Amino acid sequence: MPSPIAVKTIIRKEWAELYKNTLVLGTVVFLPLFLAALPLLILWASGDIMGGTAEAVGSELPPQMGDLCRGLSSGECGQLLIVSQFTLFFMMIPLFIPATIAPYSIVGEKTQRSLEPLLATPISTVELLLGKNLAAVIPAVLATWFAYAFFAIGARLLVASPQVFSRLFGPDDLLQVLVIGPLLAVFSVDLAIMISSRSNDARVAQQISSLVVLPIVFLFIGQLAGILVFNTLLTYILLLAAFFIDIILTYLSVHVFDRETILTRWS
Amino acid sequence: MIHTENLTRIFQRKGEPPLTAVENLSIDVRRGEVFGFLGPNGAGKTTTIRMLACLIRPTSGEALVNGYRVGEDNDAIRRSVGILTETPGMYDNLSAAYNLSIFARLYGVDDADAQVEKYLRMLGLWERRHDEVGEFSKGMRQKLALARALIHEPEILFLDEPTAGLDPEAARLVRAFISDLRGQGRTIFLCTHNLDEADRLCDRIAVFKTRLLVVDTPTNLRRKLFGRQVVFHLRALSPGLVDRVMGLPFVHHAESIDNKLLVRLADPETHNPDIIRALVEAGADIQFVGELRYSLEDVYLQLVNTPSTT
Ligand SMILES: Nc1ncnc2c1ncn2[C@@H]1O[C@H](COP(=O)(O)OP(=O)(O)O)[C@@H](O)[C@H]1O
Ligand SMILES: [Mg+2]
Repeated sequence: MPSPIAVKTIIRKEWAELYKNTLVLGTVVFLPLFLAALPLLILWASGDIMGGTAEAVGSELPPQMGDLCRGLSSGECGQLLIVSQFTLFFMMIPLFIPATIAPYSIVGEKTQRSLEPLLATPISTVELLLGKNLAAVIPAVLATWFAYAFFAIGARLLVASPQVFSRLFGPDDLLQVLVIGPLLAVFSVDLAIMISSRSNDARVAQQISSLVVLPIVFLFIGQLAGILVFNTLLTYILLLAAFFIDIILTYLSVHVFDRETILTRWS
Repeated sequence: MIHTENLTRIFQRKGEPPLTAVENLSIDVRRGEVFGFLGPNGAGKTTTIRMLACLIRPTSGEALVNGYRVGEDNDAIRRSVGILTETPGMYDNLSAAYNLSIFARLYGVDDADAQVEKYLRMLGLWERRHDEVGEFSKGMRQKLALARALIHEPEILFLDEPTAGLDPEAARLVRAFISDLRGQGRTIFLCTHNLDEADRLCDRIAVFKTRLLVVDTPTNLRRKLFGRQVVFHLRALSPGLVDRVMGLPFVHHAESIDNKLLVRLADPETHNPDIIRALVEAGADIQFVGELRYSLEDVYLQLVNTPSTT
């Protein structure tokens, strides 16, 4: 069993270092705020436009999207359709933040040559990996949820009607942000650790690791272009995929990274 | 305290033949002694320490550290050893005190804060405890690294080239500190390629280059290896002369090269006249007498450069 003290010590150490890294800290704080503010801005701007001109919106919709709007006025529907696209942003945050934090945490050990003394302590490799994982996953998840709460409060004030609000925060959306988000964060950090193991430059590792957000970007573009709709089915597929990939990656990293491998790869 | 038997480490390398870094190392380090592990760069010193501190696995052979078997009780070994690694990295953005407290916690030290304070004070870093380590000089970093290695009061301390890369003043301070540690009951395993350092600090020295070449006290080593050598040029060397000289009680070793007689002994000033008398009595004609001077360096280099020496 991993010792909570060891894991906590690693997490606190990582955060103390993170706190001194303005670049990474800035990303962790401002990216979520920006991504939450953007849809709010659109909501606010759309408040006036979505007066009444009904058919103009409804008629261009693909049939699946029409389902979403059942019972709503066309103005409400327009607002819902535009803003609901942005829930995807809240899955980009948990992918992006670990990809920013983790490379510094791994490459930092290499460039500072601090790993060997660390591995000489009784800490187990599982505790070390767990600490480094959580040190990136926790801020990512908290930032995501915080941004989402910010978005929810803002949306409540800005949406056309309570119906729009309740559909904007339907079960799929909550599943995406509350469950899939953390799973994606774990995926992202595992990937970033593997990439960083093979790099000596935190920035390069960070850039490569950040490509992890691309699938969500593609989904977003596909949705905007009307090619696909992020519906319940897709949500469950993503949930299962993220879950199994996490299990596989975690299994791999625990088995690949024994002490000696960490010492030679990370230093 | 440390016991190894045929400890061997072979590195598998991509696209190159495997490299034997440590071969059949068998040593016994006693409790409380400062054991010097002396060898040139690439001799396998760091590899040996890493195996004994359970950082890398031996390819074959056995090692007992503080009574625990490497490969079986690694956790117990890690708790009972402290290690000053060859390049002791610190978390540069964190303070000296925080750096130490991380390790105090990972080692499960009971009163971490008190222990951190004790060593910061002992090494004269207390006033700088809140400063980021990145601002420290090399000497200060090395002292902090020593504090880190000692924070959990290990019974065995591994020091890998503790003064390498330090300026003379910092090196002197670090040596003085190690010298203070001596006699506190701790067993110290000191890797170095600095002869003088080994000579001054160690109770026993192992000379090592992939394989163990010799191990003895500095005094005995000097006597055996670094002893003084006097050369007697004779007109002719008669048979039996070498044995006759060897038979003198103060002569450690005698051998002949052409018509020169090489005699190793501790105190030529006192005993050369006796040798000369013996040679003359045996009918030898002495042409010249001189001392062959080897520096410690020379003898050591000769030792590590001749693989057959044991
Ligand atoms: N991880 C490794 N992979 C391959 N070769 C290594 C590795 N570590 C050390 N070596 C080789 O083993 C030999 C001994 O190295 P080392 O133990 O560092 O020597 P020393 O500390 O005495 O200078 C060297 O030739 C070195 O290149
Ligand atoms: Mg070395």
